[in-house]
Parts: sequence; structure tokens; C-alpha cells
Amino acid sequence: MNKKQVYIYKAFERFWHWMQAILIFFLAFTGFEIHGSFSFLGYSDAVRYHNIAAYMFMILIVFAIFWHFSTGEWRQYVPTFKNIKSQLNYYIFGIFRNAPHPTKKTVLSKLNPLQKLTYFGLKILVIPLSLTSGLLYMFYRYPTRYGVDSINISTLKYIAIFHTIAAILLVVFIITHLYLITTGKTITSNLRAMLTGYEELEEYGAEENKPSDLARGDMIDKKESLIS
Amino acid sequence: MKKIVLGLVLIVLIGFYVFSLLIPKEKEESKLTLLKEKYEKKTPINVDHSKFEILKKKFNSPQEVTEACESCHNMTAHQIMNSNHWNWERAEYIKGKGIVYLGKANAINNFCIGTKGNELSCAKCHIGYGMDSTRKVFADSTNIDCLVCHDKTETYAKAQEKGGAPASGLDYNKIAQSVGKPKRTNCGVCHFYGGGGNNVKHGDLEMSMFEPARDVDIHMDAEGADLQCVDCHTTKQHVISGKLYSLSSMNLNRNNCEQCHGETPHQSSILNEHTYKVACQTCHIPIYAKVNATKMYWDWSTAGKLNNGQPYELDDSMGNHIYLSIKGNFVWKKNVKPDYIWFDGTASHYLEGDVINDTTHPLVLNQLHGSYNDPEAKIIPVKIHIAKQPYDPINRILIQPKLYSTEKGEGAFWKDFNWVTASEVGMKDAGLPFSGKVSFIKTEMYWPVNHMVSAKEKSVQCIECHTRNNSRLAKLKDFYMPGRDYSTFVDTAGTWLIVLTFFGILAHGALRIFSSKKIKKV
Repeated sequence: MNKKQVYIYKAFERFWHWMQAILIFFLAFTGFEIHGSFSFLGYSDAVRYHNIAAYMFMILIVFAIFWHFSTGEWRQYVPTFKNIKSQLNYYIFGIFRNAPHPTKKTVLSKLNPLQKLTYFGLKILVIPLSLTSGLLYMFYRYPTRYGVDSINISTLKYIAIFHTIAAILLVVFIITHLYLITTGKTITSNLRAMLTGYEELEEYGAEENKPSDLARGDMIDKKESLIS
Repeated sequence: MKKIVLGLVLIVLIGFYVFSLLIPKEKEESKLTLLKEKYEKKTPINVDHSKFEILKKKFNSPQEVTEACESCHNMTAHQIMNSNHWNWERAEYIKGKGIVYLGKANAINNFCIGTKGNELSCAKCHIGYGMDSTRKVFADSTNIDCLVCHDKTETYAKAQEKGGAPASGLDYNKIAQSVGKPKRTNCGVCHFYGGGGNNVKHGDLEMSMFEPARDVDIHMDAEGADLQCVDCHTTKQHVISGKLYSLSSMNLNRNNCEQCHGETPHQSSILNEHTYKVACQTCHIPIYAKVNATKMYWDWSTAGKLNNGQPYELDDSMGNHIYLSIKGNFVWKKNVKPDYIWFDGTASHYLEGDVINDTTHPLVLNQLHGSYNDPEAKIIPVKIHIAKQPYDPINRILIQPKLYSTEKGEGAFWKDFNWVTASEVGMKDAGLPFSGKVSFIKTEMYWPVNHMVSAKEKSVQCIECHTRNNSRLAKLKDFYMPGRDYSTFVDTAGTWLIVLTFFGILAHGALRIFSSKKIKKV
């Protein structure tokens, strides 16, 4: 099997990923200060920066959604239960025996089934939970302000608790994610791929999935130029 | 392709930048500027009272001065005689009790307890001349004391223990010719000394407010805005707006900050949202009794101890009485952080003769109503004054003792130091039953704190409430507050989940290192 440097993460994807990483870190940091877990920035600044970062995160999400749909990349996240057992087996047993990754990474299928499931869960459950509870947190008093008492939410309690749950889940995800990026071909290969866009993949994968990364890149270019 | 991506990135960055411009910045509020302009203009004087012949004649009694006033102001007596400053009571609706006439005339408080039978002393702060227990004074409009409110020479004074009569030796001509709009000194001579001494009652109204520094009160700052009481407590036909819930119970004729500042005066929308549930005073009066201490606790049960048959007093290092034979023990405090309660503008009161059913808790003499779920209610700062005061354990009612008299042997506690006779005479004056037994009961009064507003830089900071430890609002538990509250279950489960994940990856990582070494060896 030949190995080849493949351009696997596009520029926007990398920008989105790192921006999202920074924002989630910052939101978690300021958020848990607001939650009362510690004090560092000072309460009013923590709230102010948390809100600014929240708006930035929402803008980023809008762009990311547009990107995912316009490029068709959203298909990467459709969960599958195929191979999920072998992937689990790999993390529990294979990894210690230096066994090969059970799922081949290709441009068209960058994520292993566990990743698909996890990211799908993040996108469809955790982020929306965080976002809706966060928006309600910001605006739950607005109906009253404009005299619409009937839809006013009288207590912040459940909004806040669900927002906390989403935050805790994200923290757990980040810890796991940070660790699992070291389980690539080498310890840093995944990290390097997300920084440079290139990763050394087996050619077999690139060919198997027909359109070569180059051809595929052209295709996207065409598609995007059509859109714009 | 690259261009498009770069373009997208640029758009995002521009978006962030534009958004950052939208974030409000600290600015001088235009509304505040308008207010400052308004109060910088001093109202011109329309009438010079020193030119009136009638005020140059010789006055033999204060009543003659009043007659002179009324000769021109011929509709004013009617206004005064319908005011609560004159009547010492007003009609109040109290839930469960209906309409009652409540005021100093009949209320029972937990300071000097009540005025009944003690008029000669208490009425030093009545806007009339010569009140006594018969209260005939109210019938004659020449008994109205115009001067105590309108004197601008600052020489007018009332005599001690003369039912509101003026001190002797006053130059009535000079005083009468000086009259004008009341200033802080006019209101302060009574309202700063309620309860028988400086700052005894309110905590936020006391003699430092005659000429307060900016730190004491931003509005009345003698070097700054120099607002007078009546600038906020606006007056129509001698009915003065604003009242205190030690004696009031209805959400009517209130004074509030919003009347000048509006309901949402902040630049920050988060702060403006606080105004749905938090009164301005809560954040803007971080402490009260800033200059002189205020009385927080009054124990009547220790009163009456004598030293060689004589009453005595003990003072603390600040010069405050901590014991008086006539009044008992006191606790004073300075720079006090207020307590906080929900308040919807209505209150109920202990009225004389009300039977006390629950003696296990302190009896609240003026219960202020409100809760988080009450849309009218906001969090307000209060001073809670606690007392142990005389109580008839058989009839289960508070005792209105006779305290003051000029002579020994009339039963007055301050002369004879006997609770039973003082109670007997006092309750008879008040028309209430008395069993002959005196015991003491713990009572509380809630005094909303509205003055001694600090500069905005010194207002209460977010973290003082939004914190798990020693939150200013720790006692208000009926709502969820970020920073203070959390779900114990979610936080505990979440912490465990994070810790387990962390140890999970540590173990996994350790195993990987271990096994890779083993594989290499093989």
C-alpha cells in the first residue's frame, strides 16, 4: 500500500474547527465563572465576554452550516452502526497490540463510526441544547419588557440547569477529544492534519473512493463558483 | 477556491468587528445630563415676605404668626388639616383588615412604642402647637406650625416636652419674614431624629444629611447637586409624595428613583433587565448609616435598673448610648449592609389590640409583602430593627406603656420605673385591656432604605450577589440566581463525569505507553 500526503481538511474547515475550539474553551471558562465555580475575570466581565463569545459562536455556526450544506460535507456526519463494534474493539484492545485502525480514513469518509456518532450527537443535541438554553438565558425576560406576559418565562432555573448540562457534556467531549487526537498514525499526525490540512493516508483509500482528492477539489471549486 | 475561503474568513472577521462596535460603551447618559441641568437652575423667588407689613408687627404668640400667614394663605389651613403631617394618621387599606386610620397617632412601633399618653414629649415633632393627650389641638387652625417647615433662618426651634410649642426667645418677625420652600434643615429636624435621637430609626436619614458629602448621598451632596428633600418628595397642596412603610400599607403616592431616572437608565441591557425584579436602591445603596451609627436592637426588658436610686446611662466608644435606665439596652451599627426582601408596595401592620397567636417567632410589626413570583415585587434593601418590647402575656397583646410625664407618681415609666403601673396607665390611655402581667416579646420592624445613594462607581458589584459565598441575597431563596444557585445533582454528576473521563484517558494512555514498550521489546 502506497502512502500519500492528502489534502483532507479544507481551509474553512480548519478555520471553523480552530475558531470553534477557541470559542468553546473561552465560553466554558467564562461560563463556569458565571456558574460560580471559580472567579478570575470578575463577574461582570465574565458575563460580558461570555455573551460576546456566544454571538461570535452563533455567527460561526451559521457559516459552518452553510459550508456543510454547500459542500455536501454534512454527509460525513451521518451516523452509521457499521463497524462501530470493531472501532470500539480497536480502542479497547487493538490499540494496545499495535493493531491497524479498523476504519480507513479517506477524503470522503474522514470520520470513523464512533466519531460520526459523537459529532452527530454534538451537532444535533449538545450544541443545540447549549444554544437554545443560552438564547433563552439571554432573552427570557424580553416578552415581559414588551408587555407580552403570557409567554414570559418566570424562572431561569431550568434554562440555567440545561445550559450547565450542555456545558459539562462539552467539557467531557473536549477532554476525550484532546486525548483521542493522539491516537492517530503517530501521536501528532491528527493534530498536524488539522493544522496543515494534509495527512498521510493510504492511497488505497483515496482511490477506492473514486474521485481523487484533486478531482474532488476541482468539483467543489466549480460548485462554489456556481453558488457565488 | 482559496479566494472564496479567504473571502469567507474575511467576512467572518468583519462580522465580529462590526459586532464588537455594537457592544455598548460607557457614555455619559444624556438623561442624566438633562437632570443635572434641571437641578442646576435655582428657582427664582417670586415673593419677598420681608416686605409684608403684617409680618413686621409684634407677635405675642406663635398662634399670632399663624394667623398672619393665614390672612394671605387663606386656603392653606384646610390642606394642612387634611394632611398626615397634621393628623398623624391616614386612611390605609390593609389586606384582611380593611380600611384603617393608621399613623403616629395610634401605631405601635418597636422604638419608643407609641405616642398615646406620651404626646407632650412626642409632639415636639408635630407640625402644630400644644398637642396633649386630649388632642384638642387639631380643632384650631391657628395651632398649625407653619414655621417649622418654612423657616429659612435656621433659628426656629421647638421646645422640649411642650407638645410642639416653640422654644422661647425666638425672633418671630425675622423668622416669619424669611419663609420659603422647605430645605433639608426643615425636614431634618424631625425626620433625622425619629425615635428620640439622631439616626435612631431610619439609618439612612440623619444629621450628616444636613450638609452631606458626595460619598454620603450623591443627590444631596452639598457641593454637588445639593438636592433638597422636596425636590424628590414633590408636594401638591401640602400633600407630600413618598412615605415610609413603617406606617403605610398601600402602593400609592410613592416616591421612586424612576420618576427622574426612568425605568431602564443603564447602558447595559443586562443591568436594565435587573430592574424588573431589583429596585434601584438595592444596588445603589451598598451601605447605610455611613456617618453615624443607627440603632439595630433595642431591649426594653433591661430598662429600669437604677444606680443609687438614680437612672443612669452607658455609652460606647462612638458616644452612642448602649444602656439607658429609661429605655434599656441598645445595639448600634455603622456602615451597615442592608438586609434584602421582596416588596410589592403593600404592607400589613400590627394594630393596637391585635392578638398575637404565634409567640415562637419574632412578631413583625410591619410585614412588607412580596415574593419572586409576584410581578409587582422587587428586591429592596431594608434595615431590620429588632426589639424586645413589653407584652401582655394573658391578653396576648403588645403593651402601650406610659413613658413620659412631668411628675413622678403618674405611672410614667421614665419617672417611676415600674412596668406594671406604666402599662396600666398607658393601656388605659390607649383604651386597651391590661391583665396586670408584663412580659417581653421579640419584635421586628422593616425600614426600607431609600437614601444615602452612592455614586455609581461605588454601587453594589455583580459578584456581591452572584456568588455562592455570602451573597447579599443569600436569604432570598425563592428564585434561581446565576453564580449563587446550581443544581446539586447536575454539578455533582457532572464533576464525577469529568473526573472519571479524565482518569479514564489517563489509564488508557498509560496502558498505551506500557504496551507499546512491551511490543518494541518483543
